[in-house]
Amino acid sequence: MNLNATLLGELIAFTVFVLFCMKFVWPPLMKAIEARQQKIADGLAASDRAEKDLAMAQDKAKDQLKDAKAQAAEIIEQARKREAKMIEEAAQKANAERESILAQTKAEVEAERNRLREDLRKQVAALAVAGAERILQRSIDEAAHSDILEKLVQEL
Amino acid sequence: MAAGEELTLSSHIQHHLTNAKMCTVDGSVAFNKACSEAGFWTWHVDTLAWSIGLGILFLWIFRSVANKATVGVPGKLQCFVEMVVEFVAANVKDTYHGRSKLIAPLALTIFVWVFLMNLMDLVPVDFLPAFAGFVGETAFGMDSHDVYMKIVPTTDINMTAALAIGVFILMIGYSIRIKGVLGFIKELTLHPFSTKNIPLQILLIPFNLLLELIALVAKPFSLALRLFGNLYAGEMIFILIGAIGLAQLPLHFVWAVFHILVIVLQAFVFMMLTIVYLSMASSDNH
Repeated sequence: MNLNATLLGELIAFTVFVLFCMKFVWPPLMKAIEARQQKIADGLAASDRAEKDLAMAQDKAKDQLKDAKAQAAEIIEQARKREAKMIEEAAQKANAERESILAQTKAEVEAERNRLREDLRKQVAALAVAGAERILQRSIDEAAHSDILEKLVQEL
Repeated sequence: MAAGEELTLSSHIQHHLTNAKMCTVDGSVAFNKACSEAGFWTWHVDTLAWSIGLGILFLWIFRSVANKATVGVPGKLQCFVEMVVEFVAANVKDTYHGRSKLIAPLALTIFVWVFLMNLMDLVPVDFLPAFAGFVGETAFGMDSHDVYMKIVPTTDINMTAALAIGVFILMIGYSIRIKGVLGFIKELTLHPFSTKNIPLQILLIPFNLLLELIALVAKPFSLALRLFGNLYAGEMIFILIGAIGLAQLPLHFVWAVFHILVIVLQAFVFMMLTIVYLSMASSDNH
């Protein structure tokens, strides 16, 4: 157990091992470890970013959906208004047409009636005149009594 | 163990605690008992072989992982190696605040190498020595009692002292590099007792130098002796337990389980103290 030359041998071995470790073992291992740490850090950062992007996209989608809904509601509202307006217009138009047709028909009927009445009156007058002529036989001068006849026609 | 009538418990223990020695006697290579007179130029071949073999194993595993290290999903071995490396790197980062390319690989080498050498303590104490004795007896015609094999390099004071001396040289080197020769001398002489009074300060210098030198030298001593003492004692208890026959099994298990803690802890302590000492050597304020 006393000290001897083994000490020197071990000292040399120790020096060589440490130098070898320093040159060929430590740097590549440390490089790999640090590179992986960097990679993991990058990955985590990227996932954070992706999460943020996703949240933003979701927000955007929500906004767009809201906009679309609002737009759709507006369009429906407009359509409804227009529908109501069209119905009203159609109703008004139909009403007006009815009125006009009615008025026209009335006028026509009136005109027809007037015409008929005129005809009738004329025929009745003619009949009356013919009847009177027959009754009175030639006693009545057509020209002299035309005013009476006119009056008669007027009264009919 | 090869049986022998003259084999007593103490000789059994002695056999386990003796390194395989190699030296040159009269210009030719000699082994073990022939080396008792060789003095300093004796080599503990078992310590050297096991420690260097384990060191190469460590560097081979880590180097092969480093070669194939991918930035993507790592394999299981790479995960393990990276865990060890990150553990060491974190400790270095927490304790050593300067910038140095050497400290972290040094700490990693010490931690893993010492751990592997300590781990040899968990190999049952008779396996490899008995195997070595068998090989020596059959292949080389030696008496198996003359074949020594101590497989835990950290139970050899030469091993732990070499580590501690390596760290000590680095401590001195870092002190001089960071503070300069003058700064280092100042640190040794002007602390812990310093005063503005110059004659008094000159008077205090010998005391300071004495205290600081003791503090400085105590560091490698404590490093070497702590590791050696812990492992040597653990090994000794394994040998004693191994000597009591079948009853050793439960005892051996309990001690081995406890020893796992010692193995990792001593490797960690050696690494941590190395970092701390070098950090102290690199910092200007005392």
